[in-house]
Amino acid sequence: MEKFLLKYFTLIRVIIAIGIGIVISVFLIYLTSQEPGFSLRSFLLGPFLTRSRLAHLFETASPIIFCGLAIAVAFQAKQFNIGAEGSLYLGAAVGTAFAVSTNMPAFIHVPLVLLIAGLTGALWSFIPGILKAKWKASELVSSLMLNYVAYFLGLYLINYHFRDKEAGFLVSFKLPETAWLARFIPDTRIHYGIILALVFAVLVYYFLYHTTAGYEIRSTGFNERFARFGGISVFKVIILCQVILGFLAAFGGMTEVMGIHRRFLWQSSPGYGWDGIIVAIIGRSHPLLIVPASFFLAYMRVGGRVLNLMSDVPAEMVMVIQSIIILLITAEAFLSQWKYRITVRQAERGGAA
Amino acid sequence: MEKILEAKDVLKVYENGVIANRAVSIAVEENTIHAVVGENGAGKTTLMKIIFGIEQAQDGEIFFKGEKVHIRSPRDAIRIGIGMVHQHLMLAPDLTVAENMVLGNEPLRAKLFLDTDRAGEITLQVSEEYGLQVPPNKKIKDLPIGVRQRVEILKALFRNAELLILDEPTSVLTPQETEVLFKTLKNLKKQGKTIIFISHKLNEVKQIADRVTIMRDARVIDTRDASELTEHDIAQLMVGRDISFERIPAPVTLGESLLSVRNLSYVNDEAILVLNKMSFDVRSGEILGLAGVVGNGQTELVRILTGLLQPSEGEITLRGENLIGLSPRRIREKGLCHIPEDRMEDGVAEETTLEENFILDRYYKPGFSKGLRLLWKDISQHSRELIEKFNILAQSTKTLVSALSGGNIQKVVVARELSSDPDVIIAAHPTRGIDVGSEEMVHRLLQEARDRGKAIFLASADLDEILKLSTRVIVIYNGEIAAHFQDVSKITAGDLGPYMLGVQREEAVSGKVSA
Repeated sequence: MEKFLLKYFTLIRVIIAIGIGIVISVFLIYLTSQEPGFSLRSFLLGPFLTRSRLAHLFETASPIIFCGLAIAVAFQAKQFNIGAEGSLYLGAAVGTAFAVSTNMPAFIHVPLVLLIAGLTGALWSFIPGILKAKWKASELVSSLMLNYVAYFLGLYLINYHFRDKEAGFLVSFKLPETAWLARFIPDTRIHYGIILALVFAVLVYYFLYHTTAGYEIRSTGFNERFARFGGISVFKVIILCQVILGFLAAFGGMTEVMGIHRRFLWQSSPGYGWDGIIVAIIGRSHPLLIVPASFFLAYMRVGGRVLNLMSDVPAEMVMVIQSIIILLITAEAFLSQWKYRITVRQAERGGAA
Repeated sequence: MEKILEAKDVLKVYENGVIANRAVSIAVEENTIHAVVGENGAGKTTLMKIIFGIEQAQDGEIFFKGEKVHIRSPRDAIRIGIGMVHQHLMLAPDLTVAENMVLGNEPLRAKLFLDTDRAGEITLQVSEEYGLQVPPNKKIKDLPIGVRQRVEILKALFRNAELLILDEPTSVLTPQETEVLFKTLKNLKKQGKTIIFISHKLNEVKQIADRVTIMRDARVIDTRDASELTEHDIAQLMVGRDISFERIPAPVTLGESLLSVRNLSYVNDEAILVLNKMSFDVRSGEILGLAGVVGNGQTELVRILTGLLQPSEGEITLRGENLIGLSPRRIREKGLCHIPEDRMEDGVAEETTLEENFILDRYYKPGFSKGLRLLWKDISQHSRELIEKFNILAQSTKTLVSALSGGNIQKVVVARELSSDPDVIIAAHPTRGIDVGSEEMVHRLLQEARDRGKAIFLASADLDEILKLSTRVIVIYNGEIAAHFQDVSKITAGDLGPYMLGVQREEAVSGKVSA
């Protein structure tokens, strides 16, 4: 039994954390709601109750998966680049600009737009990479600062050069239909972006665990001196993983534009880059675990939205509940004492034998 | 005599499941110098950390001056009169000696500001009381390590320590500094202090200790009067069986020079000349030993030879081909391998599997990958072979390195490095801190490699190891070659000593190279 607990400790911890989070949420909902039973149902079951909400779950998960994968690649090399948000924003803005100013058949247009967006993100993320590799500048700081630059650059590009003045909002021109990602389930907005996200999860998994470059990235992350000692070019690894990060994030952002909104309408940054960090932590930077983690976060977000729309629980409290659950899951030290005690007992038993 | 400290049945298990102390009991008599000896990993330091409150035991009791005590932090330990001088000194390098002395007990002016003059006076006063000279107004970072250690000892005494624990105090000292330290300790004993002295150097223990406690495998094996035991007895108790210091037979044939170093100099970031015009050759079929007191440039020399550090001047060639300026990978591809000094920092990635550690230098080569794809099946097969051939105790190729013992981790490193079939082997402290069984195996492997015509460069702080294995020996002192012994069979550790300490030196050795 105890061996089993040790082996699946991480999984058990996540489940317990979710359990505690739900108990706290129930408590908070009872505290703030006149009709707690209904509110609770909205929050926990709401996302599954209608077709459109269920669809919403998939739509929300898709860009989060992309950003989670992006962050995971960098985290695996112990590069704390948090620039997914900036790459996503600028990449999608440039991709949109390209899409609305060109005209070609869909089978070229779609991949080309995605590629342009991805490359923009990659190029953007190359900056913190080279700063780190060459001059040891903290990628955490530079990527964070560059997020602001990317945001305002993207905003400028769309608002001053590609703004649709007839739309009545601050949005870009609508993408030509040749640059749309098709929706494949009737009456929903679920588009091919989610398929691409799942394909990329497998690709990134394969890349990290089954290729030489992935081995270099992971070895550097586990012990940089070890990698250097064995002849791995740490310089190359630092740049490579951040470029991949930028590419994936921007690619994911572009699928959202092409599949859901079909124009660039983010006047404020959508925050998927930050969600990506959360799911990378929950999923322990493992590409295949990031998929369920992203669906879980999407479930939290959609549940929060339903709760907000349908019940009398204030929007602020919805955010508090979401944050508590996420916090519990991401807390590394949570239950570590418990694990330690089991380890001690196991060791003593092993020692006696 | 009164017992000042007694620990009974101490149990300590670390978070990774390693048992460091298993029902350990020790009694220390007042006003003695009590040595605790054992190989690395025997549990000496852990026991001391528990006594000083840095680690908490899961079980057991501690009595201090006959009373049961619960020491939950170093603060508790200091309050009841226990002081500890750590292996890695814990002083603030940018503060002066006096400031470090009073840290945590600062004399204040106007209840707010540090009274520097008073701190200086206190320092001088304590320093005179115990006859330990320190410069109160010098910054710690400007002092040699021996003096820093003295400051730590004084600091503990200033806090009224009656029991002083020193964790491997001599491992960082030169022999002269060790002499001074021993005089100090004997003086302190005269003044009524009790000292626990951790070491794994047997001659030191014989020289200074009254009582000796021997630890092995997380257990106390025995505690006896030092006078009852010979060095050989202690060694035997430490490792659990008879050990041989016998030298391996000299090689039959010596080949051409494979690794050649000429006028190698290195100036570090702090503008200190670490290596000065070193020249030597390592020939096929020999082991060239590099002897020297730790910190005389050995670390830098090894890192330069393996491409991890760039020299300031000089030439290094392997079979006549230049190595300087090449990346570590290119150097390895030319036929050089490296058993690093610090296996946990450089040798392995602890949280990865054995197979991932085995392929570090070869994952990109045919047989391990095809294009970009890693061939995990072949890698596992290769790893199984290495585990078997090098007798590594591991459950599978997917076992994490962190689950292995020190000796087995070193075998992983040695297995990887020797299996790359190199021409030149650079081995730095290849048996430091590992059990005797693994040590013998590493020695045998090096000897076999030698007999197959490899050129081996062996840097070690352990003179017995140097003398046991080497065909020739060079002695490094202050970054220069101080002596060169062509025939090891005729020399003893005593012959090397004066050169290692810089007392003696061969004239014009550094320029001259023997073929």
